[in-house]
Amino acid sequence: MKLKHGLGLVLILIIATAVYSTIITEKQYERIDVAGSTSVQPVAEALAQEYMKAHPRVKITVQGGGSGLGIRSVSQDIVAIGTSSMELNDNEGGKLKEYVIGKEGIVVAVNLKNPVDVISKDDLRAIFTGNISNWKELGGPDAPINVVVREDGSGTRKTFDDLVLKKTDKVKSDAIVQISTESIKLVVEQDPNAIGYISLAHMSPNVKAVKVDGVYPSMETILGGTYELHRPFLFLTKGEAKGAVKEFLEWCLSPDGQKIVENEKIVPVAS
Amino acid sequence: MSRWNEEFFIEKGLLLTAVSSIIIITLIIVFIFKEGLPAIQSYGFINFIFGMDWAPSSGQYGVFPMIIGSLGITALSLLMAVPLGILCAIFLAEVAPARMRKILNPTIQTLAGIPSVVYGFFGLILLVPFMRIHFGGTGFSMFTASIILTIMILPIIVSVSEDAIRSIPQEYKEASLALGATHWQTIKNVIFPAAIPGVITSVILGMGRAIGETLAIIMVAGNVVQIPGSIMDPVRALTSNIAIEMGYATGIHYNALFATGIVLIFMIIILLVLANYLHYKKKVTVGGGYL
Repeated sequence: MKLKHGLGLVLILIIATAVYSTIITEKQYERIDVAGSTSVQPVAEALAQEYMKAHPRVKITVQGGGSGLGIRSVSQDIVAIGTSSMELNDNEGGKLKEYVIGKEGIVVAVNLKNPVDVISKDDLRAIFTGNISNWKELGGPDAPINVVVREDGSGTRKTFDDLVLKKTDKVKSDAIVQISTESIKLVVEQDPNAIGYISLAHMSPNVKAVKVDGVYPSMETILGGTYELHRPFLFLTKGEAKGAVKEFLEWCLSPDGQKIVENEKIVPVAS
Repeated sequence: MSRWNEEFFIEKGLLLTAVSSIIIITLIIVFIFKEGLPAIQSYGFINFIFGMDWAPSSGQYGVFPMIIGSLGITALSLLMAVPLGILCAIFLAEVAPARMRKILNPTIQTLAGIPSVVYGFFGLILLVPFMRIHFGGTGFSMFTASIILTIMILPIIVSVSEDAIRSIPQEYKEASLALGATHWQTIKNVIFPAAIPGVITSVILGMGRAIGETLAIIMVAGNVVQIPGSIMDPVRALTSNIAIEMGYATGIHYNALFATGIVLIFMIIILLVLANYLHYKKKVTVGGGYL
């Protein structure tokens, strides 16, 4: 029976600690939960960190999980702010308020050894639907084009498909599917015949960015509106934001917040 | 009174731990069916299982290519891992000198302890480029995935088979050798046949791991929803399908992913029943018990 008493004591202790700590955190912190797009995650984390430095009484947690999850959990009141890296459809948009915190470019990347520098938007469409399947047709070597795409549902993919493909187009059925920008970059870096799309923030010198319709992807060309492949980074709230959430969102859109957005290689929204 | 109480609590406590796995699996199956059945109902059972197109954005949910993908990857990796594993187990249990065993056994255990994401990364960085250069294509293929899986399930097959071979009574071996059989004849005709039930168990465990592996497969199989024309074509496994799309899925798409899980559970149940039947058929009875 001694064991039972011991167990009971431990249980009481655990419950007491749990209750105590919740009360304490309730008292000391204003908690804001942010969840959604993995692409938005790094910039959201940077914003949260900087904001918490200046406002020690606010605690912001940032989770990934995908744009879909962000939209779902904010409409179900699970989190205060949902993040999305794609435009909402009419169905989702109604109940949610959108705050565009920045714009991100989508870069079409090829291997460094690939001589092709410029691809028109029509050719991109032909490549990703499978109508052009050899680099020869684009002035490159006589080699097959290995298309690498993101998985169905990814914000990057949806944006690329919306901007480059026509509505009835289907992505080439034998295109390799990778589940992150980094793994697409890795494939393109290794395979001289590969082509894929990645986000501008993840662009690095080990792959080559292609000029789309003659425009090189950069912060300037996106801000100037000449580079067309970009998408908004959205913070979503259910209804009008209130209290600490509102203050945080306002700060994100202020010059201070926008500077952090820019540091993360996300194009700030022109104000 | 207190002694009786103690007996009672310990007995019931042990019963509870014993049935907890049954409770957990029942809960999981109930949950998966509850979430998955709406998709099968609204899309149609035949369309779902034998549908050739998986395109959630246009409302098509056919999992047949992925069933083939999962089975193909698993079969191919077993084809490589089973002979390799069994021969390695025989070597470790019967042939290897004690010192060699001291080195080999920890090495194989380490192989079993490496997380699958590390295997996947290894495959993506080394194996995929190797396959692309030597066999053409993109390098992402059913074959690449099965090589990675082979390495992953090898330690399970080796260590469980080795235990099975080692647990054969010494008398069997002595009797065979006394009759004038050579060591190899003894292994081939006496020890291995007696150890077959244990070897089959090792293959079942390996198969379970192979069919359930997700992350490493996502990284090297290419994840293309298609019925592979050759082992060099990229494929998507059922498990990968769930993992890849879970984050985005809403509505019927979400249900369809759970339905994919139902298919996976049934596939595993069928394979387990088949393997257990084989196990039962091959068991060797000695005296009152069996090995």
